[in-house]
Amino acid sequence: MIPDDRLYTEQHEWLKLEDGEAVLGITDFAQQELGDVVFVEMPAAGQAFEAGFEIGAIESVKAVAEIYTPVGGTVKETNSQLEDAPELVNEDPYGEGWLVRLQLSGEGPDDLMTASEYESLLAAG
Amino acid sequence: MTRALRTVLYRCHVESGARFGPYAGYEMPIQYQGVLAEHRAVRERAGMFDVSHMGEISVRGPRALSLLQGLTPNNVDALAPGRAHYSALLTARGTFIDDLLVYRLGEEDFLLVVNAASRARDLELVQAAAQVEEDVRVDDLSGETALIAVQGPEAAGIVADVVGSEASELRYYSFLQQASEGRLVSRTGYTGEDGFEIYTPNESAETLWLELLERGGDRGLVPAGLGARDTLRLEAGMMLCGQDIDETTTPIEAGLSWMVKWKKGDFVGREALARQRQGGCRHRLVGFEVVGRGIARHGHRLTVSDRPGCAGPVTSGAFAPTLGRAIGIARVDCGDGDVPEPGAAASVEVRGREIACRIVKLPFYLRPKTSGG
Repeated sequence: MIPDDRLYTEQHEWLKLEDGEAVLGITDFAQQELGDVVFVEMPAAGQAFEAGFEIGAIESVKAVAEIYTPVGGTVKETNSQLEDAPELVNEDPYGEGWLVRLQLSGEGPDDLMTASEYESLLAAG
Repeated sequence: MTRALRTVLYRCHVESGARFGPYAGYEMPIQYQGVLAEHRAVRERAGMFDVSHMGEISVRGPRALSLLQGLTPNNVDALAPGRAHYSALLTARGTFIDDLLVYRLGEEDFLLVVNAASRARDLELVQAAAQVEEDVRVDDLSGETALIAVQGPEAAGIVADVVGSEASELRYYSFLQQASEGRLVSRTGYTGEDGFEIYTPNESAETLWLELLERGGDRGLVPAGLGARDTLRLEAGMMLCGQDIDETTTPIEAGLSWMVKWKKGDFVGREALARQRQGGCRHRLVGFEVVGRGIARHGHRLTVSDRPGCAGPVTSGAFAPTLGRAIGIARVDCGDGDVPEPGAAASVEVRGREIACRIVKLPFYLRPKTSGG
């Protein structure tokens, strides 16, 4: 099931907006494609990013996926649990495996998909 | 783009839920349940790999021995029937065209097991040599031969159950032939564990695969893909031809000088290697582990600290599941200086960030010694 309480990007990231903040993660499809996640590289708290910029990377045994933020903002918090348990990204991508919490700068999000639109994207292959 | 080849075991992989990826022109199983679980299975119990993409070249006849002595750096004359060794096909510059296994089936009967990507070129080379040396027959058996590797501490019991108990008596790098099955069972592998590689005709491959899976299930045998094969071989410090070693690398640079036997006669590349042996070599493959946070990958650059210019590309880099940290092999330019010592500080640049590393001795992982194998 794709949670309908958030928005999605074509790069298979999800974004949950709450009170001027956004939580960012990758989708179940993305974690399956990546395989076993063994390391997550995160930005430092306080770092500011414009929309569309790379804010970190997820490394599985076999591949690397860069993470781009679809919105501009300042990093409020990163998921520190992932330092010792990167596998949470595989086990619970929509929950415990979240990546970054951003304070929105007001820029974006544009062109994000709803859960049903994202589902159609996946179905279209 | 030509259509990817499939091995005869393709259907079995689909059945086991494999995810496929392209490798050397083949559509190969990369993983089934996941690389980490498959890697662990091989280290702790057993894993089974379809490596039928590998090439098999038969070289037979009264002059087969002298042909192979001239083509490869290891001493084929010292190889007794029933034994195999690791060797290579080299350029005149002493660099790798391919690494391979030489099996001596009989006094005048040899089998070369080569990498899929270089098979055609290897075959051409051997055939060209056979034109000069008469009385040698060269046959490419790759298309009719499947290869199943069963690896891990439980491998001996499982393989003995399926092909007969004589398999578990085999010493490392020995093999037996089962003529009635057209099968060759060899105690070799590419994982750093005890294990076997079973060469079998295409027609019987599926039956053998399924029987191994069924009989091995109780002992924890699982199918494992090329993803786990890569992390396993890297932990074991084994080179991947076309990636760690290629036409820019000699066995001496790769730390494989043991495969070069000087007391035999002439062989392709000998002169160039002799010069390196005398005068040393600039480039060396070194093992390293990542001390900081991050993973070095193929193509990143490793720099040895306090040694200006001593740097070079990472040829293999991955998270090592058994060790719980990232490791790699890099090809560094040592200039006129020595090879960096184990323990030497280094760094690797990953996405614009310098990550601390340390030079370490290969292999990264050595399996616990047990009796047998």
